[in-house]
Amino acid sequence: MLAWTIYITFIGVLVLMLLPRDNARAARIVALLTAVLGCAVAFVGAIQQTNPGEVTTIVKADWIPAIGAKYFLAADGISLVLVVLTGLAAVTGILFSWNIEKRTKEFFAFYLALIGGVYGVFLSFDVLLLFVFYELTIIPKYFLIARWGSTRKEYGAMKLALYSFVGSHLVLIGMIAAWVVAKGQLGHASLNLVELSQVAFPIAFQHWVFPLVFLGFAILAGLWPFHTWAPTGHVAAPTAGSMLLAGVVMKLGAYGCLRVAMLMFPEGVRMWQGEIACLAVGGIVYGAGVALVQKDFKFVIGYSSVSHMGFVLLGLATLNTIGLDGAVLQMFSHGIIAGLLFGVVGRMVYDRTHTRDFNDLEKMNVGKLLPFAGITFVIAGIASMGLPGFSGFVAELQVLMGAWAVFPKLTILSGIGIVVGVAYTLRAVQKGFYSDVPAEAPHHHHEHPLEPISLPEKVGAVMLIGASLVVGLFPGLLMNWIEPCFKSSLFKRLLEGGSL
Amino acid sequence: MNYLQLLQLAAPETIVTVTVLAVLGLDLTVLRGKSIAARFHAGVFLSVLGCASAALLAFTRHQDANLLNGILIANPTVDFIKVALLVLTIFTLLISTSGKFTDHVGEYLSLVLLATIGLMFLVSTEDLLMIFIALELASLSLYILTAFNKHNSKSSEAALKYFLFGGMSAAFLLFGFSLLYGISGSTNLREIATGIAGRGLDPLLLVAIVTTVIGFGFKVAAVPFHLWAPDAYEGAPTPSAAFIAAGSKVASFFILAKIFTLGFAGAQGSAVWHGYLSGWTPTVAVVAALSMVLGNLTAIVQSSVKRLLAYSAIAHAGYMLLGVLSNTPLSASAMMFYVITYALTVIGAFGVVAVVEDATGSDAIANFNGLSRRAPGLSLCLLIFLLSLGGIPPLAGFIGKFFLFSAAVGAENHLGLLWLVILAIAMSAVSFYYYLRVLKAAYVQDAPENAPAIQVPLVTMFTLVLLALLVILLGCAPGLLTQYL
Amino acid sequence: MNHWLTILTLVPFIGGFIVAALGAERKNLVRIIALATSLIGLGGALCMWMHFDAKSGGLQFIEKFEWVKSLGIQYFLGVDGLGLLMVLLTAIVTPLAILASWNVEDRPHVFHALVLWLQAGLFGTFTALNFFHWFLFWELGLIPAFFLIKLWGGPKRGPAATQFFIYTMVGSVALLLSFLVIRLATGSFDFIDLAGMAKSGELNTKLAAIMPWVSWKSNIGLIVFFGAFLGFAVKVPVIPFHTWLPAAYSEAPSSVTMLLTGVMSKMGVYGFLRILLPIFPEQIREMLTPLLWLAVATIVLSACAAFAQKDLKRMLAYSSINHLGYCLLAMFAAASVATGVTASDLQKAAALDGALLQMFNHGLTASALFLFVSLLEKRTGGLRGLDDFGGIRKVVPVFTGLMGISLFSSLGLPGLNGFVGEFLIFKGVFPLEPWAAAISTIGILVTAIFLLTLIQRIFCGPLNERWAKLPDLTTAERLLVLPSIALMFVLGIWPQFILGAVDATVMKLVQQLNF
Repeated sequence: MLAWTIYITFIGVLVLMLLPRDNARAARIVALLTAVLGCAVAFVGAIQQTNPGEVTTIVKADWIPAIGAKYFLAADGISLVLVVLTGLAAVTGILFSWNIEKRTKEFFAFYLALIGGVYGVFLSFDVLLLFVFYELTIIPKYFLIARWGSTRKEYGAMKLALYSFVGSHLVLIGMIAAWVVAKGQLGHASLNLVELSQVAFPIAFQHWVFPLVFLGFAILAGLWPFHTWAPTGHVAAPTAGSMLLAGVVMKLGAYGCLRVAMLMFPEGVRMWQGEIACLAVGGIVYGAGVALVQKDFKFVIGYSSVSHMGFVLLGLATLNTIGLDGAVLQMFSHGIIAGLLFGVVGRMVYDRTHTRDFNDLEKMNVGKLLPFAGITFVIAGIASMGLPGFSGFVAELQVLMGAWAVFPKLTILSGIGIVVGVAYTLRAVQKGFYSDVPAEAPHHHHEHPLEPISLPEKVGAVMLIGASLVVGLFPGLLMNWIEPCFKSSLFKRLLEGGSL
Repeated sequence: MNYLQLLQLAAPETIVTVTVLAVLGLDLTVLRGKSIAARFHAGVFLSVLGCASAALLAFTRHQDANLLNGILIANPTVDFIKVALLVLTIFTLLISTSGKFTDHVGEYLSLVLLATIGLMFLVSTEDLLMIFIALELASLSLYILTAFNKHNSKSSEAALKYFLFGGMSAAFLLFGFSLLYGISGSTNLREIATGIAGRGLDPLLLVAIVTTVIGFGFKVAAVPFHLWAPDAYEGAPTPSAAFIAAGSKVASFFILAKIFTLGFAGAQGSAVWHGYLSGWTPTVAVVAALSMVLGNLTAIVQSSVKRLLAYSAIAHAGYMLLGVLSNTPLSASAMMFYVITYALTVIGAFGVVAVVEDATGSDAIANFNGLSRRAPGLSLCLLIFLLSLGGIPPLAGFIGKFFLFSAAVGAENHLGLLWLVILAIAMSAVSFYYYLRVLKAAYVQDAPENAPAIQVPLVTMFTLVLLALLVILLGCAPGLLTQYL
Repeated sequence: MNHWLTILTLVPFIGGFIVAALGAERKNLVRIIALATSLIGLGGALCMWMHFDAKSGGLQFIEKFEWVKSLGIQYFLGVDGLGLLMVLLTAIVTPLAILASWNVEDRPHVFHALVLWLQAGLFGTFTALNFFHWFLFWELGLIPAFFLIKLWGGPKRGPAATQFFIYTMVGSVALLLSFLVIRLATGSFDFIDLAGMAKSGELNTKLAAIMPWVSWKSNIGLIVFFGAFLGFAVKVPVIPFHTWLPAAYSEAPSSVTMLLTGVMSKMGVYGFLRILLPIFPEQIREMLTPLLWLAVATIVLSACAAFAQKDLKRMLAYSSINHLGYCLLAMFAAASVATGVTASDLQKAAALDGALLQMFNHGLTASALFLFVSLLEKRTGGLRGLDDFGGIRKVVPVFTGLMGISLFSSLGLPGLNGFVGEFLIFKGVFPLEPWAAAISTIGILVTAIFLLTLIQRIFCGPLNERWAKLPDLTTAERLLVLPSIALMFVLGIWPQFILGAVDATVMKLVQQLNF
């Protein structure tokens, strides 16, 4: 069932390619239908999965027997969470890019190709297959940004593509090395993740190969100091692009760290745990600090993503169930909230005011002109600060709890990051929406009244807010999927050294 | 032996030879005075027919023979390489159908076919003399093919350069071969191997190895013997360049691997990090590393797409050499997979370049601006070819790289060649940048104002789509190809 | 199982949405519905007050069920005397605030919705007994307050709102981190459970056990305590953490300041009583002297600072800090080591009784005072400097009289409510910690001085001609302030109304502290 998320999305791409060139309306509808269908399949499939703790095979067929690669799609609770996130992000991203007029059909084709790749990564349990889908997302990302973006779009796109590519090549080196070693140990070639996670790689080997693979994935997760693609990429991207980048693409990185690097090389993680946690907290604090001084609205959100992804990585570094639970939940939560923030800033504000400079926005008092945008941003900001009631709180709560047990000092440091996070969000709320600077030349606005917030935008915003609220108030919904995973045999080897 | 047996063994080559004569005859007689396009269509049709039947024959027969002590051998692998060569030739012919670079259609087509014959002989022998002769037959045809565009002075310049470098490389090769003969007393590769086994690396053998590496280094355009390649690729008519990059490369690498792994079996040495042993593998390793680094880095700054592809070809030669020096059966088949898929891809890439060049007058990257609007199908094909060259899954180029690198890592114990693989992977990350530059022009930049849509000739479009589908298919189901290698 | 407390919280919450949905055009409807909602809240709170079993001292109206099993989170509501008192205070102050802001013309629907949500947050905070949703309300109360200051405040509202928010968040983060350690060590977020563990000494053992390899494990309990302390200290505020308060109180519209000082500041004190005192008695005892110094400093310095103010609202803001300082003093003293058990129990009970009474009284008086300020501002167009007035008692006698009563209540004049609370506090604290009580009397003295100065500069002396035509209170306004004034008298004369309800709770708390 879940495999159809991938198929449907790619079928959508094909249909879009066959559409007549200038029919933007049809392209939008096809894209939306595809995404909604994919999202529905993701939801239903996830709910149908009776035992989220175990890896449930969806499809398993021989692919390249020579190297033991299989077409092996499966899902456990972690995959389910992220697949559902992808579904939500896909639908809302399309709603927020309803106004794309320039080469609409191609835009949505690239968009859906990206989504299809993301679904694929989250459902692959064959390392090569996972890698294939992972790389498949790079190209659409590049074109989405370079073609439909703003502000230094080509630079941002190229930077993102090259960072991703370098990262994925690091992964490739590690993957090949691991494949060779595993072949020696298993006696047959295998790329099956479940199988590989039980191979006892030599400890010395793990010690050097783990950082390679982890770093390769973590670059895409925005690990500080390799995060610099993220702010520029997010800023340059079109709204839907940044929503997807922050919403799901960064999760690909974190997911890879967990699913591939950590699962395969538990001894490696244990050796590098402290370093990862340091970098993660560095990211939390640095991202928040830099977000505090940005002039461009989108840069604030971009850096805040770096900061929030720091929590994911910190959670991963704890190596205890509660920290990992938190990390996965934070992936979901950040996906929703960052998507919403980018949606508000990119679509609701920037597309109407044509500026993201705080100095200009301050004079407009957007909160009064576009009350819906203001309120949405405030809610998203609250969620992003990690205030209780929203998903971010429950996630960060667990990450911090996990981190307390292992890195108490770093945990206190990350507390500073949270406070700074509150500060930059408030600053953004004030400068972006509710400034005290008297509106300059009010007649100007009467001449060109801002186009009111459209229905698709409202629907998208409400969906995302709703998701964050529901998860924040009933975290059990997702925890019931995530928690059993870390108690399953798959993760036993990774966690047996952890204290909780 | 009798001549019937010889004819039977050389049947595919014979069919192609007959085709050459038929094409020449047809062009001289019936097609005289017709338009160039008509002559091309008819000639290509006939050539393709000949190549296809030769390929069909080679593909369906199951021969296993060794004639005259390795002068002419036939086995399924060799036959399959021949099939691959013929298929590549067919594609080359197809993309030249709409060519406007010459009015000597018959001669052009027959030279392509003659070169193919040379390459086919090259892969079906284990004898130094035969290797040399076949190589020269192919090379001479290629020199002329390079010079075929008489309207373009660059074409003749490139051909001259190619010819001079080629002649020099032939001299090196001949010198190396003569030393090998002197050492071992035989021209058969297997006998050479027994002859040099146990001798240790004396200076004579070392010189023989080095000169052979140099000779083939020129042929496959590996650094530092690559200087002819960018000019030749740029100056030659685009289908000729495609053929140099594709067919000739497949055969050269096949025979290169054969000479080294078979002929120098006792003297491979080791290129393992911290475990260096002199022999041919470290020599090749140096060449491979240089090619990967220099090829990729130089490609970044090119503004002509053909030159860019030339430098990328140099870099790819480096990856392929990695397969040669890993020196295991697995790495050899991985390398052949890589070379064949590379060849398919590069023909496609040159095909696209040819169309753009015809339409806009040059192959500068700027001329690709807005291609996705002016010719959506064409630019989609370009996207697939370049991404495959860059190693993006699930295209053939990625799977090829994966095979190649994993075979190389697995080749020596304890991941000995990992350093070279890491270099290769790092460089392949670099290569992504310049492929993306071309794609950026095609997909991101706007076309110049009032630029008309580009009309792609039907045959070319068909060929390109076929190639693109093949690239995707071989990426998703590489088993289709690996089972023959 | 009843759901009274949930319903009580939901009423203003939903009311807020209704009000917000009405839109900016129907201003009067918005105001009426907001008022009605807050009155329903008041009615509900009163009903509960009636049905509350004052003798048991235990938790009542309990609601408890599993929420997030994996995190040990339950939905756990309940009130004892302390909680109910705070709920009642909130329910009283909110309608007054809404009435005081009747004349808000700029987006009244949003304004009143925010006020109602603030009320919901306060109700939630005072009734939650599990850290998880307690923290939810604790933080959510902030958001409406932030926007009320930010959007309807005075000229420097932007920085004031930000400062208020950030300060509180710093405290909250520290508090959160501390509770995460506790949760990690004990597996519980339940205040009652945790208090039980603290009493049996289990909490400290568990805390020390979770981080065996950390060098400062012996102090982990103390560090955790500091984190939590910071959270509440900022909210009260205790003196070095107070700097956000004068700006926030003075920039906020006066009706909002009523809520801020009347109820929100009680959140901090409530936190001390509900959480810090029962869960960290040992740590408090360990740090008793410094803590008492902080309380004393808060009382004395804030009084002195108030004396130096020129702005009416800033002065009252500092006086607010001063009054809550007494509560802190009482609480810390109550945690001090008992010498003669029975006798000191009574003194502790007296101190805590006084603290509770003081909380309620201060809420009532301070909100009344700010209400008067708002009425004054309405007449003067926002002017409220001490030097801007003079002799207005001749022009506005009723206003002068009523505000004077409130000021005297704040000052602690016997017969008015302020006196009883402060008297009880000092009665309890003197035998327990004589030095602290002695120094704190300076605070009382200075308070008297600055309040009298205020009265003198504004109401007495030669009339500032500018205000010769100042209108006196209208009938509606008189009716508006009447309940507060009446309550001041009632509680001054009959404090048993409150004490009777909280006494059992206080005794229980004292028991909790003795071990």
